[in-house]
Amino acid sequence: MKKTALFGSVTALALAATGAMAAEGDTLKEVKARGVLNCGVNTGLVGFAAPDANGNWTGFDVAFCKAVAAAVLGDATKVKYVPTTGQTRFTALSSGEIDLLARNSTWTFQRDTDLKLDFIGVNYYDGQGFMVRKDLGVSSAKELDGATICIQTGTTTELNLADYFKANNMTYQPVNIDSNAEGEQQYMAAACDAYTTDASGLAATRAAFADPENHIILPEIISKEPLGPAVRHGDNNWGDIARWTLYALLAAEEYGVTSANIDELAKSSQNPEVQRLLGSSDDLGKMLGLDAEWAKRAIKAQGNYGEIFAATIGEQTPIGLARGLNAQWTQGGLMYAMPFR
Amino acid sequence: MSQTQSVAFVRDSMLPPEPPPTRASGAILWLRENLFSGPLNIALTLLGLGILWLLFSTLWPWLSHSVWNANSMAECRQIIAAAHGPDASGACFAVIKHRWNQFVFGFYPVDLYWRPVLAFGSLFLALAPVLFADNPRARRIVIGLAAVLTFLISAVLGANGVELGAMAVLLLAWVALIEARRDWALLATLIYPFLATWLLWGGTLWEPAMVLAGFVIGFFVWRALSAYGMFAFAAAVLVAAFWWLALSDIVARGIATVLPMRLTPVTSDQFGGFVLSITIGVAGIALSLPLGIILALARRSDLPVIKMMAVLFIEFIRGVPLITLLFVASLLLNYFLPPGTNFDIILRVIIMVTLFASAYMAEVIRGGLAALPKGQYEAADALGLDYWKAQRLVILPQALKISIPGIVSTFIGMFKDTTLVVFVGLFDPLKAMSDTIRASFEWKGAYWEPYIFVGSIFFILCFGMSRYSMHLERRLKRDHR
Repeated sequence: MKKTALFGSVTALALAATGAMAAEGDTLKEVKARGVLNCGVNTGLVGFAAPDANGNWTGFDVAFCKAVAAAVLGDATKVKYVPTTGQTRFTALSSGEIDLLARNSTWTFQRDTDLKLDFIGVNYYDGQGFMVRKDLGVSSAKELDGATICIQTGTTTELNLADYFKANNMTYQPVNIDSNAEGEQQYMAAACDAYTTDASGLAATRAAFADPENHIILPEIISKEPLGPAVRHGDNNWGDIARWTLYALLAAEEYGVTSANIDELAKSSQNPEVQRLLGSSDDLGKMLGLDAEWAKRAIKAQGNYGEIFAATIGEQTPIGLARGLNAQWTQGGLMYAMPFR
Repeated sequence: MSQTQSVAFVRDSMLPPEPPPTRASGAILWLRENLFSGPLNIALTLLGLGILWLLFSTLWPWLSHSVWNANSMAECRQIIAAAHGPDASGACFAVIKHRWNQFVFGFYPVDLYWRPVLAFGSLFLALAPVLFADNPRARRIVIGLAAVLTFLISAVLGANGVELGAMAVLLLAWVALIEARRDWALLATLIYPFLATWLLWGGTLWEPAMVLAGFVIGFFVWRALSAYGMFAFAAAVLVAAFWWLALSDIVARGIATVLPMRLTPVTSDQFGGFVLSITIGVAGIALSLPLGIILALARRSDLPVIKMMAVLFIEFIRGVPLITLLFVASLLLNYFLPPGTNFDIILRVIIMVTLFASAYMAEVIRGGLAALPKGQYEAADALGLDYWKAQRLVILPQALKISIPGIVSTFIGMFKDTTLVVFVGLFDPLKAMSDTIRASFEWKGAYWEPYIFVGSIFFILCFGMSRYSMHLERRLKRDHR
């Protein structure tokens, strides 16, 4: 260990000048050589990423990491989950510590351009909402004038809240909190009238209460929070792999390809789009630098988009989120995979 | 006149002493003198009692309703509602019972739990000859307890027969060594860090062994050339560096092919909970004390360059928050290192924590040095001792003794600061691990219980350090104040 340190500091000095080059390069080649995908995830967010009692990570974002690992390395378990905090996530990506960031991060202009990230799509359309106690007698966010509101600092939600109250000519008293757990505690202790965060988080929080029936989530959604996985600028092929893995999961749901029937469909499907997707005809994988069955493995890992949603955050889980905006475009949602052609 | 003749107005036997009046003795006296001695004290006592009652009456129902056996918060609530009525609130310590292993071991592989247990258990064997140098009874109790508990805990945590056998041999041999040959046991203490590194991270034994070999080689080079003063030291550093950079890898691989001595490797991201805190804490403590001494001496040095460097380092490090240093270690360094460099994150954090603590340590020790009367320095010079001998034999033993409370305070502060690693994505037991456990739906809403559990363990460890420091102060007391 000592030696690595010494060696490291010597090279650090030597390479200080060319430091910024570190992050660039052929990510696909690196991942293949390493044999493991370094995937940045949340340090713990109900339904999206959390380790169980045995330390195995599960969740909506984790499933995407697994799908990419299956597509690239052929094995969904070859993922090293790097827990990242709100502060470290983007730096971890741009410094090359992780290959892919799947950490419920909102796609914003500034992050896409100034931070030099490439959001490869949206895997969950979220929005900021409010939760209040029923006995407060409020049925709309417009009635929250003068309320005390628990708000997590340093997030986009903080800015959205200020914008929304300003636009509606209302005032509020912020109660600053540091984490979701603390927010729940403050809200339960009646330190604030309303608790605001992403609607998915509110649903999970409410579901975990002892008395969910005494709390309501107000109908207003005051912001757009398109959450998506991100890669860094400068390696377009790697971005394509991540993007089309997401589309493969979405397309699979659209065409009814599930982890259960995928082997059968790969052999017998007459739908040319499904054939191309599963690599039975044409070799789309080659254009990505992968083999023909990449998408088949990605879908098989944790199922298609709908299956992942249902298993991690859907209505059958305790979190109980409805598909809403995240339904397929054919079902009135926004999930729309680009054609596999 | 005979003795038996009695005079009417002189007593011939003493009356037995009367007990003092009840108001002037025992508990009542103590209460009157300490709690109710005047109007102000009466008011403060009543106020204190009121606050205590308030705390007790709010906390007691919650604690007394606590549930230890459940699989989720919802189940906890059901059990409490069934036993104490629908409105009762209660602690759900079932979360600790269910996830204790993550609080303690993080994501360390379950079947390898015996390795951190052995590493930290043998820490006491390594420290006992140093900490209890002149108190054989305390030493025997500590090493006996450490050895037995390490073995039993490992057995309970599922170490297999071979591992337990090897462990028993190691522990017994070490205990015997401490009791039979104290001076050799100190050598074992020096080897301990490398043994612990091997146990914690696994891999081949020869890697840490070759790092150790570098120190040994350097030492012998220095000894052989010691006639040449500073040149010997420089030569020793160069030879050791050459060994580490060029030769040690080849030699390690060579020996490993003959005798592998491999343990399953465990990567740093699998560390978490108290194993992580204690690893960083112990390494930081062990490294920051010598570094702090050197910095303190450097700051009091007569050589302007050395003095200035020490001042710059100390003032810079003390002027920067620890979190900044941790961010530098985890994020900024990545930009400077070539891609694919595996510069272990825990090692980076240990380096930063050590630098941080050593700056504070240096100032504490400088305080001790400054407190020594000038006569001590002059006496050492008058004895004809050179600088290092004077420091080692006369100055430092006294200065360090004076600084003990400050040194231990720095240790305790640093140990608690290890929880700050949460900000660089490591799983400290207090916040990161608790939040992560709350992120699984079944334990969402368990807020106070993890904090109480982790806080109590921190208290036990820090209180232990503080008690030891008091013991040490009493033991080293040479004056008659």
